[in-house]
Amino acid sequence: MEMARQTTPMLSGWGRLSKPGKEVFSEDLKALSRNAVLSRGLGRSYGDSALPPPGHLEVATTTLADRMLAFDETSGILRAEAGLSLRELNRSFLPRRWFTPVTPGTQDVTLGGMVAADVHGKNHHVEGTFGRHVRAILLRVADGRLIECSPSQEPELFWASVGGMGLTGHILEVAFQMRAIASPWIYEERETVPDIETLTAALKDAAPDWPFTVGWLDCLGKGRGILVRGRWAEAKDAPSDPPQPLSSVTVPFEFPNWVLNRWSMRAFNIMTYYVQGSSSGKIVHPETFFYPLDKVRHWNRIYGCRGFIQYQCVLPSAGGPEAARRFLDVLDEERAAAFLCVVKDCAEEGQGMLSFPLPGISIALDLAVDARTQTLVDRLNEAVLAQGGRVYLAKDAFTREAHFRDMEPRLDAWLDVRKRWDPELRIKSAQSVRMLGDPA
Amino acid sequence: MKVALLGGTKGIGRALGRLLAEKGHDICLLGRNPEELLASSNDLQIYAGTSHTVGTATCDLLRPETFAPALASAEEQLEGLDTVIVTAAQFGSQPELETDRERARELLVVNFAHTVTFCEEARTRLLERGGGTLCVLSSVAGDRGRKPVILYGASKAGLSAYLEGLDHKFRAKGLKTICVKPGFVKTGMTAGLDPPPFAGEPARVARDILRAIERGTPLVYTPGIWRYVMLVIRYLPRFVMRRIRF
Repeated sequence: MEMARQTTPMLSGWGRLSKPGKEVFSEDLKALSRNAVLSRGLGRSYGDSALPPPGHLEVATTTLADRMLAFDETSGILRAEAGLSLRELNRSFLPRRWFTPVTPGTQDVTLGGMVAADVHGKNHHVEGTFGRHVRAILLRVADGRLIECSPSQEPELFWASVGGMGLTGHILEVAFQMRAIASPWIYEERETVPDIETLTAALKDAAPDWPFTVGWLDCLGKGRGILVRGRWAEAKDAPSDPPQPLSSVTVPFEFPNWVLNRWSMRAFNIMTYYVQGSSSGKIVHPETFFYPLDKVRHWNRIYGCRGFIQYQCVLPSAGGPEAARRFLDVLDEERAAAFLCVVKDCAEEGQGMLSFPLPGISIALDLAVDARTQTLVDRLNEAVLAQGGRVYLAKDAFTREAHFRDMEPRLDAWLDVRKRWDPELRIKSAQSVRMLGDPA
Repeated sequence: MKVALLGGTKGIGRALGRLLAEKGHDICLLGRNPEELLASSNDLQIYAGTSHTVGTATCDLLRPETFAPALASAEEQLEGLDTVIVTAAQFGSQPELETDRERARELLVVNFAHTVTFCEEARTRLLERGGGTLCVLSSVAGDRGRKPVILYGASKAGLSAYLEGLDHKFRAKGLKTICVKPGFVKTGMTAGLDPPPFAGEPARVARDILRAIERGTPLVYTPGIWRYVMLVIRYLPRFVMRRIRF
């Protein structure tokens, strides 16, 4: 015990690659954010964006500051503290037929994190990113001032903060537009597709008629996939009872590294293809539809102590129908095993200065970390660069500074705004030191 | 239920308040800071939908003279009262309490003497109404004298003994007393400490507490695994307890 206390505490993102770090909690976000180097929410970013920079240990975790502050039933605008989780929001608002206009693939995220990463979901082709629906945020900027900003008030700071990974200031409060929904249940259709070309074409075909679309691909086996389409069920078709929050199972401990391997995952993928592949249309629970992985708490432990990354990039439409195939060929060339591959349709670029999506398709790959991961990410990044695409900061753990600069022509404008509000770069993260060149 | 909740602005109390509001129970929040009370009452009203009003009354565990008026005000606002819950308490680390005599005295007074005084007031009022439920958060720290929680644990040991006696005497008269023993829960109270294995989340602990209230369980460990952890610790011989730091 004595020994344990003297070792440096470690902290990690969802990918379980840890760095020295420690969370500090408080219900009082205004006090907590004073002089903090970085804010953190529920730690669902995969890489190092919610980890402290070298030389700092403590990050300000917002999760206890989760009060709802105001809700206007007529306009649907909700204002809440940044630590409010989507899980709590859904518990409260789904039964009353209100839902966030944009949700990521897990409900264990905070509002602050949703703004900082400018998250997107299965409806990007309709609703864009979360930032489009944010009406105002309250920021604690580096000099200690509290600044209320919005698309009309300090718009530069606002749009630099939407997707700014928490580096422009600590997000204390968020006001955003909720959506009224016909029922809290989802009408879903699934169909199997033979390959990635068919999948991307099918995503584009479904876009005009379906608000929610997503594709899943078996990258280990024959390259087959599943297309999922959904919409909020009409009240007359949905069960009259509101959906009860689903129970979950917990992965109790870290699995040995060998559990997840090319062969076990190939078997799992074949099962997924046949069990979940086709359905001609049915009403499903919104949590099953939006958050399938939330049913297994701490699923990241299955990857073992080696940790994993999720590599997510977006490839512009200009690349044509073969764009995705050319990108995925890199995996084969590098003999890399992507255990999970999710494909999404992206439309208009958001107004956030570093917002991730752009018109095209987004591909997310889960990869266990090993000695070759850096080389693999470099090669993937070169393939993305060649197509004019970019990577998602909330997922990234390995991208080099030079690659990111080449991908991100908007970076200098964003850095200018950040410098104006934080000339000494007091607010930074392990990620900003690694890939934006912040001094450690 | 018509619930008076002392300590509902933070931590486990906040999570429990949300759960009670979600289930449609009438709540009056008791606490010492009026601004915090209003912010929490506002949060619960939004959380549960606008039709619900959530009352507030100031009540400070440091000042016993506030207890009777606060409970009277809760009874009036709720137009009745059948459940009183106490989640408020002080916490201090052992090194801090060992060096600061005044802080230690205050913690002992608040966590034991004044909490019991508050419960006596609540007990009387609930019995006058024919019974109800008194649910109080004690702690696993009271189950055995242990090096890292000597003073805090002693205050909770006294509280647990009181709650058990109360339940024996008054259950037949309609007053159910529920002693909740949370293990380590990640809240502002424990913010400075490194979470041990089996650390709980406030939302999960709140669910366990509500289930105990609904079923009238007199003693509940939460998260449940702490029942077995403490079972082992209670039976460890003294020479072992002297050696380990737990």
